[in-house]
Amino acid sequence: MPKNSTHDIDTMPKKNPLSFQIDLKDFDLATSEEKALQDRMRESTTFLKDGLKRLWRNKIAMACFFIIVAIVLLVTIVPIFYPYSYDQQLGITPGQPIDSSYNNLKPFEFGETEKQRIAQGEKIFPHIFGTDNHGRDYFIRIIYGTRISLMVGFFASIIVLIIGVVYGSVAGYLGGKVDLLLMRIVDIIYSLPDMLMIILLSVVLKIAFGNVIDNSPLSKLGSGMISIFIVFALLYWVGMARLIRGQILSIKQQEFVLAAKSIGASSYRIITKHLLPNCISVIIISTALQIPSAIFTESFLSFLGLGVSIPMPSLGSLASEALASVYSYPHRLIIPAVVICLIVLSLNLLGDGLRDAFDPKLKK
Amino acid sequence: MDTKLAKYILKRLILAIVTIFLIITITFFSMHAIPGGPFLSEKSPSAEVTAALEAKYGLDKPLGEQFVEYLKGVMRFDFGPSIKQRGRMVSDIIKEGFKVSMKIGAVAAAIAITIGLVFGSLAAVFHNKFLDKLIMVLSTAFVAMPSFIVATFMLLVFCVELNLLPANGDTVGGLVLPVIALSLYPMSYITRLTRSSMLDVLGQDYIRTARAKGLKPSKIIFKHALRNAVTPVITYSGPMLAYILTGSLVVEKIFAVPGLGKYFVSSITNRDYTLIMGTTIFLATLIVILMLVSDILYKIFDPRVDLS
Repeated sequence: MPKNSTHDIDTMPKKNPLSFQIDLKDFDLATSEEKALQDRMRESTTFLKDGLKRLWRNKIAMACFFIIVAIVLLVTIVPIFYPYSYDQQLGITPGQPIDSSYNNLKPFEFGETEKQRIAQGEKIFPHIFGTDNHGRDYFIRIIYGTRISLMVGFFASIIVLIIGVVYGSVAGYLGGKVDLLLMRIVDIIYSLPDMLMIILLSVVLKIAFGNVIDNSPLSKLGSGMISIFIVFALLYWVGMARLIRGQILSIKQQEFVLAAKSIGASSYRIITKHLLPNCISVIIISTALQIPSAIFTESFLSFLGLGVSIPMPSLGSLASEALASVYSYPHRLIIPAVVICLIVLSLNLLGDGLRDAFDPKLKK
Repeated sequence: MDTKLAKYILKRLILAIVTIFLIITITFFSMHAIPGGPFLSEKSPSAEVTAALEAKYGLDKPLGEQFVEYLKGVMRFDFGPSIKQRGRMVSDIIKEGFKVSMKIGAVAAAIAITIGLVFGSLAAVFHNKFLDKLIMVLSTAFVAMPSFIVATFMLLVFCVELNLLPANGDTVGGLVLPVIALSLYPMSYITRLTRSSMLDVLGQDYIRTARAKGLKPSKIIFKHALRNAVTPVITYSGPMLAYILTGSLVVEKIFAVPGLGKYFVSSITNRDYTLIMGTTIFLATLIVILMLVSDILYKIFDPRVDLS
């Protein structure tokens, strides 16, 4: 069209009175301000910002996110000021007979000596959830149990992430016979019944490690915990490896990879700088969904008595211990059960939200 | 096409055999990696007694020979004698326990599939209505709950608080709760699967044609739509049975059902090595076979699936 689009109305061609054309003189030219209004260009956004924005709009996922943040804060802050520790048997004071009045307290009840001290006007921190059959404060045990469960979930997912990404990207990038061999191994591990193998390996590793790690800094963690991590490292990475391999296989066909190759980039550089950043959404999503499944597995194992070692609590072992006295003290079972459900449900829903936000293609 | 299918089945069969062999190998060698051996308990027997015991159970032979012997035994469904339950063969214990577990498992699977299919179809038909939302909320919640949590809650509510059902799994009434506890998770999962595949199917042209020619809605849904919507459920049936088998380990412990799971859990705490090995190999093999069958069935039912 016109070279000088700012020409004024008078220069417009006259309308033939018989024509059905619109008379251009009825219109005003748009000012530059009005033109600017039509500018719909958004500010450029990054992948992360875009995804976070979408996530923010997902109310359920955000609610779950805040629940998880609240739980994490609670389990990190509470032990700092809480007056009891998870393995302290309140009825036992050195040099005195065991005070059994501390065992099996109901929520907000006190033991004998504590009652005397309260009568003398002393203020004593209440046992919010009561105590267990060894006279240990149950609230702090729940807090520590949650801490352990979350830690297991988190670190197990990290292990799975590292192994799965390395293995999957090597298989996908190299392709050919290497890929075939690596993927056969994955197929076999994938078809092992995971829960049974985990139980078996935990039994063995727990005994095998029992003697080795005594007196080492790892002993506090317990052989059960270490065997859980090892089992995860051995078995659970295959799902992640398959996903990453599939992604890499399709991405490596694209031109930018060819371009990178043609200017002489090394395989390592191509994988880390070009291929993996392009599967970041898959990595984020499946890691997020791995955490609840790890927590689930840990609680299952602890429930069978294979998880953390006594006196360290975990949510599964707390539930399992409570089962013995379920008729008299049902709250001891309900609390850890509710916490497990809350954590697993929130993490699952958050993972779904992340999937919807970061990879709309995957949405069912 | 048929040669392709045959090739696929052959490939999966070989994979399954390799897997089962691997399971036996892992189980055997990890059990033998345990320091001290099976006879190391609180009151260790004297050296002569231990030697005699080891000779009796064939533990004094070289490891490779023991492995071959064990492998031969497994082929004949002979896992040797139980170490802790004197005078009983592991295979007898497995047989006896599995009878009970299989009953519970089969009923749980049947319930899960039937109710899952019905609820899933209902949710899809009433898409975005109240019923759909209710079903989705419930199924989301149940998918997040580990089976042992569901089971303990049920124990608490029905046996302790309401005193409606016996908490002991020895009687028929006592089997109601374990069955429900086991079936809830797969039921919810199948509901979700059916719903999403049903939604897909209901949007297709042939359903519109069926409507246009005036078929009854119930006939359209259950005869025309469900038939195509059911294929993902077939793929899930393998993992579902695996879940029910392993899930029954804890559920049977909680409700004191005298099934395979209870023996397995107690064999872990007792360190009854031959029983642990036997049960693991038995269950794992069963799961691998079930997965194999469900995968092959899926390919047969849905010829569109890529076999590569």
